[in-house]
Amino acid sequence: MSRSLTADVLVIGGGATGVGVVRDLALRGIRAILVEKGDLTHGTTGRYHGLLHSGGRYVVKDPQSAQECAAENEILRRIMPHCIEDTGGLFVITPADDERYAETFVAACRACGVWVDDVPLAEVMRHEPRLNRKLRRAFAVRDAAADAFLATEANAADARARGATLLTYHHVTDLELEGDRVTGARCEDLRNGEAVTIHAAYTINAAGAWAGKIAGLAGLDIAVVPGKGTMVAMNHRIVNSVVNRCKPPADGDIIVPIQTVAVLGTTDIAVPDPDVFGIEPDEIALILAEGEHLVPGVSRMRALRAWAGVRPLYRDVAAVDDRDIPRTYKLLNHRTRDGVAGFVSIVGGKWTTYRLMAQEAVDLVAADLGIAIPCRTAVEPLPPVHGAPKSGHLTLGGRLRHVESEELYGDVICECELVTRRQLVDAITTGGAANLDDLRRDTRLGMGPCQGGFCTYRAAGLWHELRGADDAGGADAAAALTRHFIQERWKGLAAIAWGDQLRQQRLDELIALEVLGVDLLPAAVIADGARHPTVVTEHAAIATEYHAE
Amino acid sequence: MPATDFIELSLDHCIKCTICTAACPVSAVTDLFPGPKYVGPQAQRFRRDGEAPPDDTVDYCSGCRVCNEVCPTGVKIMEINTRAKARIVESRGVPLRSWLLGYQYLIGRLACGPLAGVANLFANLRWVRVLAEHLTGIAREAPLPSFSGYSFRSWARRHRDPHAAGATGRPKVVYFHGCATNYYEPRVGEAAVAVLEHNGFEVIIPEQGCCGLPLLSNGIFSHGRHHHQYNVAQLYSYAAQGIPIVGTSTSCTLTLKEEAPELLAMHDEQTRVVAEHTYDIFEFLRLLHERGRLNTRFRRIKRRLPYHAPCQQRAHRIGRPALDILELVPGLTMVESEAACCGLAGSYGYKVEKYRIAMDVGAELFDFIRASGSDLAVCDSEICRWQIDHGSEVYSVHPIELLREAYGLAPGA
Ligand SMILES: Cc1cc2nc3c(=O)[nH]c(=O)nc-3n(C[C@H](O)[C@H](O)[C@H](O)COP(=O)(O)OP(=O)(O)OC[C@H]3O[C@@H](n4cnc5c(N)ncnc54)[C@H](O)[C@@H]3O)c2cc1C
Ligand code: SF4
Ligand code: SF4
Ligand code: SF4
Repeated sequence: MSRSLTADVLVIGGGATGVGVVRDLALRGIRAILVEKGDLTHGTTGRYHGLLHSGGRYVVKDPQSAQECAAENEILRRIMPHCIEDTGGLFVITPADDERYAETFVAACRACGVWVDDVPLAEVMRHEPRLNRKLRRAFAVRDAAADAFLATEANAADARARGATLLTYHHVTDLELEGDRVTGARCEDLRNGEAVTIHAAYTINAAGAWAGKIAGLAGLDIAVVPGKGTMVAMNHRIVNSVVNRCKPPADGDIIVPIQTVAVLGTTDIAVPDPDVFGIEPDEIALILAEGEHLVPGVSRMRALRAWAGVRPLYRDVAAVDDRDIPRTYKLLNHRTRDGVAGFVSIVGGKWTTYRLMAQEAVDLVAADLGIAIPCRTAVEPLPPVHGAPKSGHLTLGGRLRHVESEELYGDVICECELVTRRQLVDAITTGGAANLDDLRRDTRLGMGPCQGGFCTYRAAGLWHELRGADDAGGADAAAALTRHFIQERWKGLAAIAWGDQLRQQRLDELIALEVLGVDLLPAAVIADGARHPTVVTEHAAIATEYHAE
Repeated sequence: MPATDFIELSLDHCIKCTICTAACPVSAVTDLFPGPKYVGPQAQRFRRDGEAPPDDTVDYCSGCRVCNEVCPTGVKIMEINTRAKARIVESRGVPLRSWLLGYQYLIGRLACGPLAGVANLFANLRWVRVLAEHLTGIAREAPLPSFSGYSFRSWARRHRDPHAAGATGRPKVVYFHGCATNYYEPRVGEAAVAVLEHNGFEVIIPEQGCCGLPLLSNGIFSHGRHHHQYNVAQLYSYAAQGIPIVGTSTSCTLTLKEEAPELLAMHDEQTRVVAEHTYDIFEFLRLLHERGRLNTRFRRIKRRLPYHAPCQQRAHRIGRPALDILELVPGLTMVESEAACCGLAGSYGYKVEKYRIAMDVGAELFDFIRASGSDLAVCDSEICRWQIDHGSEVYSVHPIELLREAYGLAPGA
């Protein structure tokens, strides 16, 4: 079985960058195909901290990055208000920090054009009752919380509406080379094992921490060192605004309130392989200990989950011209750099600057293809998406308000995150979800306190009701999805198994194993010799955030 | 973490087991209320500090605390709900009805006494109730108690302790009567005084105000705070001397013990000392008995009576002291109801949209009492008693009245 597709441009990687690239291409009328080996946001984008940077974090050490963040911050607020909660941000000097850093910080903000305002401590305490009462200074910045699932979905929807093709569960196994030119890629459709060849005049490598691996397929050496960062989500919104320590950036110095949780983080540890890493107990201990400086008592509050993502840290070994590409992210033109045409890599950067990165990559590619249409992503608003407000900014209470106003409380499938039956039915029947974990990225299913302990079974039932007839494995498919999702959720619980969350895990475990015997269900379905289209449990592509050795 | 926080933070203990929702008497009878798990720890995660709560259904929580009692992990569900209601009130303003229900004692003050006859007549005219329902949203059928022709305090002023003559150095006890006893049911206070005096106590009845619970449960926290501060100021000097404060209204004593300090985050020394010295009257009598100090010379009362422990009483978490004491009365058999709540729950059942719910919640209790065949029921809470009278048409009394009878003390003594 094999297929073959053709496009002007092939984009590899379905994270913020790749999807941003494909939208930019579509807006310029360039025919594009994007391939992603998992679901969209399955990589680092779906595991980030959730912070729309004001730039404040980088003003002292990395002014270029700070300026980019500050500019992109304003642009993203305009084009995707429905994916951003305007929480505002604070930089605070705790008793453990050097008060003199304040002046350095403020001066650097001014120099970079990063908006900053000195806030009286009494006012800070009024808005943030749980913050350390012994803070010495506090500065307001334009940080915000951003939902990368929604934002990526919005970019993808717009790209599709403008003619782009986005193929998930398509794993690039080889690049097609004709002489010194990349002419496309060979993929495996992980849902059925089909070989898919994509021919394209240009290939953009937006594979994040995996970009080195992709470039390696063309025999190129770009050193992308995956930098693992671990985060801990707390059970509820401990703070109302993003809170940063006002000191040189280090581990565990930020709390981001996003959706129903507050995320503490992060760490930064180089790992050899972006697919294989675990969460170490001392990382968690460090994050909580640092959190204590900001919110005394936080380490005794309920942790919900821990997870990690891998930063695409770019270290250019092949000493080439640094040109005028900022060091925050790198656009590598492999024609000028390595003599391989039709291929660029866009690596590094942050979520906040994804649009700028996409613009720069597409500018280069468009110029090479002789297309003179300018970039419009900075002005063209993103379309509405499910789970985001119809207008205005994202708000914490939005979901509850929705359930209340439509009187849907009898129809809530995931109670913790208030995911309604309607939302789930939509995601199951219209999206490209291949398993329950994909539904989670679409709807927040199973992301609350019980981590799928209850809703997994309801969702699996719905899945079977709506898709069972098409599933080759029938009920076995739903059963395997159930096991898969529970395993996915439990991975994030192992590292924080104490206190309230341990008690929750015990109840979840009793329900899963003692009441329902989930461990006795079939783990995967092999139907007619082919892998089942919905179940990819056994595939390495799904072995994601946590490998318990 | 700030001290004000521990109610909300208790949401962290929720393991989503749904036991609270299975037990909640309100969600059992209406689909309008999504239940304690949903409106409590779940919704709380979607409420932002300092902003109006985005939800309305929490208003259907009656405040009965059955959820708190059954929650295996100690989530302060009812308090989370009450605070959310207060924030709704704060952001949307206090409706007239809430003022009326919150300040019922003021109405009591006006109507109790010589005007009671007229007031009762008036309050029971059907057209008055229909009009009032339209104007204020207070359900026309809900059981309004009758104003008393005299207040308890006026009785207390005239009362002379029969044991006082010649006695010196008797132990003292403070009696907190509450509004209901003062304006509607002085007989309960008279019985309490008689029983305490019979046991050798000098009963002190200091100045006191409404405990403020009706204000708290109607979300008018700022006024509730004033009331509690006033009462603490009146009671502290006694508590500081180690004089116990006893009450016959299980809701008033619960408010003094923990509802007001917790909901209002009043953690000062005086509030704490008053809370620590407050007892439900039967809790107090049981302590006396445990120390061998309770007078147990009771007359035989050959009766079998239904008893309902009101939700406010259960929230004290002291078992059933009224049953423990009444058990000592020869011949008397008390049969305890298993119903969770009478439904009225303070001022809940007075609200027109909740009247039906309250009656449905109370149905199990009404059936139990009717099935007992007794013409008398026993219950510690005044509000429950009115609802029992209304729902089952069986007259009900406070257990202290029964105890007075067992002591052979005539009413009015
Ligand atoms: C711990 C942590 C916290 C962070 N916090 C923030 C923050 O708060 N704010 C912020 O702005 N930035 C933050 N970042 C940075 C930000 O998350 C990343 O820069 C951004 O998400 C990268 O997006 P991307 O699309 O380039 O990469 P990714 O999202 O990783 O996308 C790359 C995709 O390529 C796919 N892929 C890989 N190999 C193949 C293949 N062979 N075939 C097909 N597809 C393939 C992967 O599955 C993946 O989905 C954080 C990063 C980390 C690690
Ligand atoms: S206090 Fe009573 S009515 Fe309110 S949620 Fe709890 S059990 Fe239900
Ligand atoms: S009983 Fe307690 S732990 Fe169980 S769902 Fe209710 S609040 Fe949560
Ligand atoms: S709760 Fe107590 S003091 Fe308060 S209104 Fe009722 S009787 Fe009055």
